[in-house]
Amino acid sequence: MMSEELKVPTMADYMAEGKQPEILFWVGSAGSYDDRAKKITKAFVKLLNNANVDFAVLGPEESNTGDVAKRAGNEFLFQMQAMMNIEVLNAYEVKRIVTCDPHSFNCIKNEYPSLGGTYNVVHHTQYIKELIDSGRLSVKGDVYKGKRITFHDPCYLGRANNEFEAPRHVLQNTNATLVEMKKNKNFALCCGAGGAQMFKEPEKGDKDINVLRTEQALETTPDIIATGCPYCNTMMTDGIKAKEQEGKITVLDVAELIANTQC
Amino acid sequence: MTYLPNIIFAVILIAGIGYFTRNIKKIIQNIKLGREVDTSDNKAQRWKNMARIALGQSKMVKRPISGFLHVIVYIGFIIINIEVIEIIIDGLLGTHRIGLDVLPAQVYGFLIGSFEILAILVFVTVVVFWIRRNVIKIKRFMSAEMSGWPKNDGNFILYFEMVLMALFLIMNATDTTFQSLETGNIISQYLSPWFGDNAETLHLIERSAWWLHIVGILIFLNYLYFSKHLHILLAFPNTYFGRTNLKGQFNNLEAVTKEVKLMMDPNADPFAAPAEDEGDPEKFGASDVMDLNRIQLLNAYTCTECGRCTSECPANQTGKKLSPRKIMMDTRDRLTEVAKNIETNKGEFKDDGKQLLGDYITHEEIWACTTCNACVEACPVSIDPLSIIMEMRRYLVMEESAAPMELNNMMTNIENNGAPWPYNQQDRLNWVNE
Repeated sequence: MMSEELKVPTMADYMAEGKQPEILFWVGSAGSYDDRAKKITKAFVKLLNNANVDFAVLGPEESNTGDVAKRAGNEFLFQMQAMMNIEVLNAYEVKRIVTCDPHSFNCIKNEYPSLGGTYNVVHHTQYIKELIDSGRLSVKGDVYKGKRITFHDPCYLGRANNEFEAPRHVLQNTNATLVEMKKNKNFALCCGAGGAQMFKEPEKGDKDINVLRTEQALETTPDIIATGCPYCNTMMTDGIKAKEQEGKITVLDVAELIANTQC
Repeated sequence: MTYLPNIIFAVILIAGIGYFTRNIKKIIQNIKLGREVDTSDNKAQRWKNMARIALGQSKMVKRPISGFLHVIVYIGFIIINIEVIEIIIDGLLGTHRIGLDVLPAQVYGFLIGSFEILAILVFVTVVVFWIRRNVIKIKRFMSAEMSGWPKNDGNFILYFEMVLMALFLIMNATDTTFQSLETGNIISQYLSPWFGDNAETLHLIERSAWWLHIVGILIFLNYLYFSKHLHILLAFPNTYFGRTNLKGQFNNLEAVTKEVKLMMDPNADPFAAPAEDEGDPEKFGASDVMDLNRIQLLNAYTCTECGRCTSECPANQTGKKLSPRKIMMDTRDRLTEVAKNIETNKGEFKDDGKQLLGDYITHEEIWACTTCNACVEACPVSIDPLSIIMEMRRYLVMEESAAPMELNNMMTNIENNGAPWPYNQQDRLNWVNE
């Protein structure tokens, strides 16, 4: 439905025309393959298209950042992935990168430079803020007026990189009421997916982390739980299901929230 | 004969400080069992961190109640210890309250008066601390790793502080010349009547309190080495050597970089013999304390087991075995054991069939971590338990191939098709047309 409208050029396309895009959109593995995350990817592309951003993706030339392998302890696999990606990125002379995944964001921004890949890396919430602030993107309508939104800080955006303000700033543009969980920003509780937990069963305990975090979110009686990470999104969505709140509360990425305000 | 007390004092003082120095040297020696780390970068930032976090207690007050209480004890501890200078001079020279000879009575009174106020504040605060641990039983003091010695250790320290503060006030209250000055006895004047007015008894109590006070301080100083209380000293170097980069940035192993570069170099000769002087290949990750770096070992000595890390840990909050505080306590316990082993074996470590990973820290704990950095953020003295967890994961995966099966599948997928799931890399752009 939305697909016909999306313009998603690749770096190879730009190269063929002898041009450079403003920014490279690093889609990431989740954003490319995970059904829920793909919706976030498309919502973000819609925003990029609306703001007339000259962007490109690597497409089949993109490979996993190696972040999750690194957090799992496999430094070899991480560095192999990193060096392969750096080779591609450097060959295209990429200067600036945006991504919807805080894990890719953190990894490329902080862990690629010492392996030879230095880029200006921004998280999509930072980039959306930039587009709104510079007037390239306008947030129209009162879609979310009167709604209560609570923002769940992704660990690798917030605590790991001290970015707490950009997603909140973007959400303020929706005229919704932002409500904070007791545990927020530097003290936000993890959704439970980090450190490669997304790919394994949790160790024995008395509760799942995502359920605990969802309970904290429910304390704010929100209509929407906003996130800025595909993994957090999955975890919070599962948490809402576990608490049987699917009918009442939706979990949306900041990009989706803003995309819904577009015509 | 008249010099006997001075001599006894000097002997006790030298013995106390000497034994303490010896133990501090041991700590330094033990820390040096760890791998070297370059900390010559960001000097300005490091000093700033020390000033802000250790001196300025900036992270302590993130929890307002315990933070406020801690600041009282901290300020009390530093300021009241000025009085120790006078006690030492008096003890060595055989004088009595030498401060009165060099300072105007009003100034001296102001100083001692401040000490007295702080002493009573510290006393009350320490009682509150004791109540928090033993009556209210705050959850983070009740975890599994806090039973036995760690629990007693925490209480001993509180008793020590109560006794030392009480002795200081009693010493002042029974000092008739000091009381007659009518300045500085702001608290002790109310205690004074408890001890009657027999000059001889008062003098005896005053002398006893004076001696017990200084001997108590020296015992406390030497107790530090055996307790969790080293943070009062090590918080300063620890915050200096703490991380200065973003928490999300994990180090890239250089030894791996070398090998990966070689693997990816199309011109490399795969059959080339390794250079002769290369020695044993570096071990990846850590299975024992000698594999950790010096900052991580300093972290272990600095930990005062407050448990803020554990109370913020998502895994611990949901009933998993992982407790970042236990990671630090285990590291220190194993380091002490290794150091003893080296001491008994005359400078060489004899394999004792044990190691930190497995015998102290279980695989289950290591794999429960979400790498969320909540523990690192929570620590009031810049300890990084996550870095130790990561080193152990590296060891398990790269040396032992002992990752959980699901993670092995995930990693195989990345190796084969560049994604953690079994999808074809050529399909990376399929979402556009779905």
